[in-house]
Amino acid sequence: MHITIDETKCCGAGQCVLAAPEVFDQREDDGVVILLNADPPTDQYGQVREAAAVCPAALIEVHE
Amino acid sequence: MTPAPTVVIVGASAAGLSVAENLRRGGFAGTVTMIGAEHHLPYDRPPLSKEVLSGLWPDAKTQLRDRSTLTELNIDLRLGVRAEHVDSAARIVANSDGSQVPYNDLVIATGVRPRPLPGTGGVQGVHVLRTLGDAQRLRAVLRGRPRLVIVGAGFLGAEVASVARTAGADVTLVSDIESPLSDVLGAELGQLLRRAHIDHGVHLKTGVKVAAVAHHDNQVSGVELADGSTLPADAVLVAIGSIPNTEWLAGSGIPVGNGVICDQFCRALPGVWAAGDVASWHHADLDQRLRLEHRTNAAEQGMAVARNILAADNPTPFTPVPYIWSDQYDLKLQIYGQTRGADAFAVIDGDLAERRFVAVYGKNGHVHGAVGAGMIRPLRAARALVATHEPWSSIEQGVTA
Repeated sequence: MHITIDETKCCGAGQCVLAAPEVFDQREDDGVVILLNADPPTDQYGQVREAAAVCPAALIEVHE
Repeated sequence: MTPAPTVVIVGASAAGLSVAENLRRGGFAGTVTMIGAEHHLPYDRPPLSKEVLSGLWPDAKTQLRDRSTLTELNIDLRLGVRAEHVDSAARIVANSDGSQVPYNDLVIATGVRPRPLPGTGGVQGVHVLRTLGDAQRLRAVLRGRPRLVIVGAGFLGAEVASVARTAGADVTLVSDIESPLSDVLGAELGQLLRRAHIDHGVHLKTGVKVAAVAHHDNQVSGVELADGSTLPADAVLVAIGSIPNTEWLAGSGIPVGNGVICDQFCRALPGVWAAGDVASWHHADLDQRLRLEHRTNAAEQGMAVARNILAADNPTPFTPVPYIWSDQYDLKLQIYGQTRGADAFAVIDGDLAERRFVAVYGKNGHVHGAVGAGMIRPLRAARALVATHEPWSSIEQGVTA
């Protein structure tokens, strides 16, 4: 799995951090997504797919 | 052999797309038909009053999925087609192109449309903002730095005021509430927003009702207020709320009131569901009927509906913590839960005067909402208080400690 994001679309909802806190974080001032690990371990795959599905700006792309 | 099941989704915006994607993600192998009245591929609406209106984004950036991704989802996508009638006994949707589409499950995701200001129909220069076309028209007008009067100081009105002022328009924001968003966010944040708009040169006319729109030769010339004064205008934006698109369900047997009336599973009838702005459902955790016109809710509710369709006889109640954001000037407000109708308010971190804060809202002795700006980690902690309905007494102890 490889993750790409378009952070310019981020609305700072933080849904990704709630879904996959080891893969995503947010910038402190505006809440914009920070990708902590673009190539997460297999045990994170389910959480990452959930994060991509729930992102209100649809900016997380998961390549599998 | 029984034929493959069909899910028909009416509405091809964020909620409808979320249903389709999550059906496929959940392994649904049947037919997914998505019917959209607009001609565009599914696109995102929140940027319309922000990045699209300001010209920061090209219009194409609002597209939610590229064509190849939609092709992979294997959706029978019918754009520019309006669903006109449902026979919920026969389970058939009849469309404007004459087609009749049978379904096993129907998802209503037809959204809302702007509430019009009476007497403005057909008057040139009176705008609403819901679609990409609306945003393109208003953006073109803003290039001429017009005198723009915005009727309504909710999220849409306040955001457009911010963009239009930044673009050099002469902006007047008119509303019968006391400050921008004060009905939703309370007096304290209303004051903060009032200050922000005044600091940026917006004329605020609050606590006053609009009587009529003045026009000459069918071109808008001003907005007449109930106090007898007239605000001259080259253009007017009407931002006074929305009406759920449910008229097409008349006679279908599907319950309709303020939106499509659903149970706690977002189900209106057996095999009929609703998601997004149009869906009114019973939030079991809050024990309250909600209809949310929020982008985040569209995605989450679409996901919930897809899962409940796949779960057949074992659906799950939809109990989200709502989230909204609003960009006004350099201020990004982030809002969790419910703030409207709160009976208690406390700033628990930061400082309103510095526009960097976390505030919580209480109702009936419990935390119901949280609003933050510029403090994402403390705000996420406050979201947890909203999710667990923390007793307000613990907030008071925390604030005074």
